[in-house]
Amino acid sequence: MSKPIVATTSLAGCFGCHMSLLDIDERILKLVELVEFNKSPVNDIKTFTKQCDVGIIEGGCCNSENIHVLKDFRKNCKILISLGECAIMGGLPAMRNNNAPVSECLEEAYLNCPSVQANDERIIPNDDELPMILDKVYPCHEIVKIDYFLPGCAPRADLIWEALVALIEGREMDLPYEVVKFD
Amino acid sequence: MSNTIKITIDGVAVETTRGKTIFEAARENGIFIPTLCNVDNVKPKGSCRICSVYISGRLMTACTTQVEDGMEIENDTAKLNDMRKAIVELLFVEGNHFCPGCERSGSCELQALGYRFLMMVPRFSFLFQTRDIEATNPKLMKDNNRCIMCKRCIRGIKDEDGKSFFAFARRGHKVVINLDRKQAAKLTDDLARQAMEICPVGALILKGKGFDVPIGRRKYDTKPIGSDVEAKGGNC
Ligand code: SF4
Ligand code: SF4
Ligand code: FES
Repeated sequence: MSKPIVATTSLAGCFGCHMSLLDIDERILKLVELVEFNKSPVNDIKTFTKQCDVGIIEGGCCNSENIHVLKDFRKNCKILISLGECAIMGGLPAMRNNNAPVSECLEEAYLNCPSVQANDERIIPNDDELPMILDKVYPCHEIVKIDYFLPGCAPRADLIWEALVALIEGREMDLPYEVVKFD
Repeated sequence: MSNTIKITIDGVAVETTRGKTIFEAARENGIFIPTLCNVDNVKPKGSCRICSVYISGRLMTACTTQVEDGMEIENDTAKLNDMRKAIVELLFVEGNHFCPGCERSGSCELQALGYRFLMMVPRFSFLFQTRDIEATNPKLMKDNNRCIMCKRCIRGIKDEDGKSFFAFARRGHKVVINLDRKQAAKLTDDLARQAMEICPVGALILKGKGFDVPIGRRKYDTKPIGSDVEAKGGNC
């Protein structure tokens, strides 16, 4: 049997979940034996080159590009996993969902924030090339179907490892209490 | 009439005393029934329904229902636990629970029940409601994003005349917990701490508390909620 193919991406996330994936330490050598990586920031493959078995999504959707990438993952992966709080419920970026309109967020970031120092023309970036910011931050499963959810901020390395191995071996996960956490 | 009576919980015969609630009888026999709105030394209210058990096919709240001789109680069943999990999930989507940034994370009862029931994602859609934080009181911060309306603060934190410090304000889905302005002046450091402790979640936080206990040493980091009850077995 050929190795299962895994792709990963970070949408509106901080790369903490990817760091946690690397946190499986020397098991990473075993992982490379178990699976083949396709599109992922880990190997810097930028576009899908073949149909994948598992897509791992870090981060929720805060702009139009996130939606585009997420839909692309759904098209190219048999199984999608929401990894971490941001993918599952928007996470810290979704704090703006609580009554902070996009205009206010942009004004705060580019005009009013104390750390804004070199924007004399008071420009809020609006180039056509830039992704549009969404009205709010969306959990991934509100955009496409997600098959599995692994919570945590960041998810514990042992959770990611156990989930991947169980998925590859086609068995139920066996999770110690300590590894399923929401923080 | 003897005060000792016999009941069964999930088919296991246990002894208890008349006048106790099902929740108390279970706990003294080392059986965990999850609770949220119920708290020791405060009259039970029966509002959150997470302690629901089946008695002769009827759903009853274990925190308010008293034991009766010969009662047959269903507690730890797949059906009941899924209903309880659904209540936890409802509370998660109804409020704005950003656990990674919450001072109560790791020692929060709602979160701990999420862990116990292995909630990987709520089955309902997140509502992302508009809620605010009230931080004018010098001692206590109130975060309405996290309040689960259990009324434990209203029922448990009172002055020497029995007058509550907290009350519900507004109505329906807009209801929020209010710290009474006049009463607030009488809120001692001790009462403020008690208020934080009686709240099952991170809705009432002492100013300056911050993240004072390191990850790994918080109440529910390594031991599931209820495991203390189960570890003690009978007659604790
Ligand atoms: S109150 Fe509990 S469930 Fe809510 S954010 Fe804080 S730790 Fe999480
Ligand atoms: S503030 Fe805390 S104790 Fe009071 S009703 Fe809300 S959740 Fe319950
Ligand atoms: S704990 Fe019994 S109804 Fe809330």
